Amino acid sequence: LTPTEYHDLANRIIRNARDRGADAVECSISEGSQFTVNVRMGEIESLTEAGSRGAGVRILVGKRAGSAYTSDLTESGLDQMVGSALAVAAITTDDPYAGLPEVSELGQVEAAAEGLYSPSLESMDASAKIEIAKATEAAALSFDPRISNSEGSTFETHLGTTVFANSLGFTGSYRTSSCSLSVAPVAKQGDSMERDFWYSIARDRDKLEKPEDVGRRAAERAIRRLGARKVATQKVPVVFEPRAARSLLDNICDAISGDSIYRKESFLTGKLGEKIASESVTIVDDATLPGLFGTTPFDDEGVPSQRTLIVEKGVLRNYLLNTYTARKLGMKTTGSASRGLTGNAGVGHGNFYLENGSTPVADIIKSVRTGFYVTELIGFGVNIVTGDYSRGAAGIWIENGELAFPVAEVTIASTLQQMLSGIESVGSDLEFRGSIASPTLLIREMTVSGQ
Amino acid sequence: MPLSSSEAPSRRLAECTEYTLHPHSDASLKKETPMGFTDSFFARKFGITEHDLQNYISEALSSGGDYADLYFEYVSTTSISIDESIVKSAMQGVTMGVGVRVISGERTGYAYSDDLAPEKIKKAARVAAYIAKGPSSVEKTGLDEVNKRNLYPVLVAPTETSLSERVALVKRADKAARDADSRVIQVQAGYADNLRHVMVATSDGSFSFDRQPLARMGVGVLVREGNGSPQRGSSGGGGRVALDFFLNEKTPEYFAAEAVRQALIQLKAVPAPAGEMQVVLGPGWPGILLHEAVGHGLEADFNRKGVSAFSGRIGQQVASPLCTVIDDGTIQSRRGSLNVDDEGQPTQQNVLIENGILRGYLKDKLSSRILRTQSTGSGRRESYQHIPMPRMTNTFMLAGESDPQDIIRSVSKGLYCVNFGGGQVDITSGNFVFSASESYLIEDGRVTRPVRGATLIGNGPESLKYVSMVGNDLKLDEGIGVCGKEGQSVPVGVGIPTIKLDRITVGGTS
Repeated sequence: LTPTEYHDLANRIIRNARDRGADAVECSISEGSQFTVNVRMGEIESLTEAGSRGAGVRILVGKRAGSAYTSDLTESGLDQMVGSALAVAAITTDDPYAGLPEVSELGQVEAAAEGLYSPSLESMDASAKIEIAKATEAAALSFDPRISNSEGSTFETHLGTTVFANSLGFTGSYRTSSCSLSVAPVAKQGDSMERDFWYSIARDRDKLEKPEDVGRRAAERAIRRLGARKVATQKVPVVFEPRAARSLLDNICDAISGDSIYRKESFLTGKLGEKIASESVTIVDDATLPGLFGTTPFDDEGVPSQRTLIVEKGVLRNYLLNTYTARKLGMKTTGSASRGLTGNAGVGHGNFYLENGSTPVADIIKSVRTGFYVTELIGFGVNIVTGDYSRGAAGIWIENGELAFPVAEVTIASTLQQMLSGIESVGSDLEFRGSIASPTLLIREMTVSGQ
Repeated sequence: MPLSSSEAPSRRLAECTEYTLHPHSDASLKKETPMGFTDSFFARKFGITEHDLQNYISEALSSGGDYADLYFEYVSTTSISIDESIVKSAMQGVTMGVGVRVISGERTGYAYSDDLAPEKIKKAARVAAYIAKGPSSVEKTGLDEVNKRNLYPVLVAPTETSLSERVALVKRADKAARDADSRVIQVQAGYADNLRHVMVATSDGSFSFDRQPLARMGVGVLVREGNGSPQRGSSGGGGRVALDFFLNEKTPEYFAAEAVRQALIQLKAVPAPAGEMQVVLGPGWPGILLHEAVGHGLEADFNRKGVSAFSGRIGQQVASPLCTVIDDGTIQSRRGSLNVDDEGQPTQQNVLIENGILRGYLKDKLSSRILRTQSTGSGRRESYQHIPMPRMTNTFMLAGESDPQDIIRSVSKGLYCVNFGGGQVDITSGNFVFSASESYLIEDGRVTRPVRGATLIGNGPESLKYVSMVGNDLKLDEGIGVCGKEGQSVPVGVGIPTIKLDRITVGGTS
């Protein structure tokens, strides 16, 4: 279907629901096509190609909400979907805060839609995609004789259309494209076997990193883990490389989400205006940065995307809010509504990042006498209610300001409160590789638990 | 993998104990008589005929290939949640589609369609055929239905009951949690079910149908004392059960009480210790240890590629002789059970580790073709949009002989962990973590103070060698596990008796 046809379809669904007794309606339609090729040890391992569509509707009858979705976009499928939404609305409870945004809050940032879609990916043929995946893996395998195996490389493209309309007259849509390249080589030496990965993701093929570079970085990462050992349990400074630091930003993003705040299930509840991090920390959410993965012209309620200052020089300035959580807290939405095809909107983020610092990474490492440079975190041990933090980690031990030997099978623990206040240096290596980003961070002290 | 298990005794406990006594008995499981193609869900609803299936398979093999299959799926879902005593959300949904797969040597071609019109399915078949070259090695045959048991004889699936019966569950949970203690400040309860109809037809000449009900409820609470930090507790459970399960066996009040109990304990928690120490795991959900430490590492895809820490170790000692670990997709009504896997193979009981010796891998069709053995009924996928791969079902350790109290008494200084959040593993190095959400210090053989959440980290092929005692109290979890692998989520179960690990690293702060 063309964008206009999707707009018409969404508005037909809205009319259908209105005619059957809904007072307010929100409708989403999404359509996408995917191509994935996995290559392993030089051969195609799997190739997937397909498209799919789905529609969702959320209705309000008075102050009761009901939602339904379907992948059956036939007339009868859509009719049944509206009927389901009405049926489930009958069992929900009046919620005085439920509702759509104000009409005056609706709209879109036209410029933010630019750069999200690259038509060049439509015409890229399968053999070119396969070649890129092969070249990436080949680069990793040829990097070092200790790279003798691989979990393979993947090249993937996704083209999609997102449509949203509501009964207050908002109708909008945008197209997105993405391509990504990743590889996971396995390094082996004696009894030690280690895997790592590297990847590149972009809206456009031309912006993707070169297969040779992605393959080489993945191989370097796997090799430097060989012979990893446990260290003694101790408290030391910890350096988070950007990939690890990003997961910390992920935790902060959960903790400043309006949903966590109004339910008082975040350690940052009630802390607006207070100093929660060291002065070197400024965190921003910006869904309007051109062409990035957290960019959209409007959020999942039809509210224009915006830039929101979250932490300014260590002081908590704003939460991320959708219409519902803003009303609960007596504030204004930040255009951060997020949901799948339907359901009450949750709170998401745009491009959520910690602002670049001025210290080169080499200087950060040099500044540490004994410490832990963390390159990978695993597990879920983060509690945003209390701030307790305990995760599995792997990386490289720092001795006298130099990367000394690889470390694995240890945990790092502290609280998010202490970690944020203990950020002593911020690296100058911010780059966006997805919608959450952070430069390298040095945290004054954490407990490394090993032997 | 959030949520938790509970140590309350139950009828399930009795079932499990019996199970360990007769590990090879499936006497309680009924055989289902083949229903015949024309009575099947997809034939009735979409008018698909046996002839159509053969045509689609031929189309899929039109460029060659060694094997092809079709996976039809129709899923209806309901979810309901309550927050602040308001039923804020209720949702119903339908997804359907067909996935077509072609295997040629070690290559897989895959395509899917959410439209079941013949021309769309044929198009998907042609796209999947892209990877194959040359004449097909497959001989044409008719289709015979795979025999299977009915492990979930649920006449009316939860998804087919009235909405008012189901919304009552979350309201009851909300009330019970609020009534349980004045320190409860927030309650969220959720209920979700789905009914999945699947049909698999293969170029081997087999087809199978299954109707898979699944339901789960969960309760999360926050408690607070004075001006202290709030603390969270959560509980939940379910399975391939009828709605009666939540009315008679595991009620909303049961889950609410458990969530409140866990949260209140955290109010008194002291910082967790750091370093290597003796750890006792309680029975049930702590079986997540097995899922992460050995389960994933024994999936055949990683092993045939030689990228698992367990690769090439069959026949070797990978655990203490006290450990026998099983993956069993045939336990009645369990969340991880399936009559047939997502490649149409009947599920079975697979011994992974027997008395400490590594016995076998979990295989899907592709890996069993490449390894020239049989599938272990372990081919699973999230949906028709996904390629199947080897996965776990219900993974547990058989009971030993120790009295759980004796196990605790044997520890002079250590940690007793009874509830966990999620876990994760690095297959290649074998390092895995799982995060304790309820644990206590053991001092001089006695359980003393509760400690705050901490992650435990170990190495798969090494950790289970330190199992020095195994309790007689095997318990399976409550039915809340979700396992993620390469972006695909599937429901699973875990179980374990009380065990003692002589050494594992605990990631606390003190």
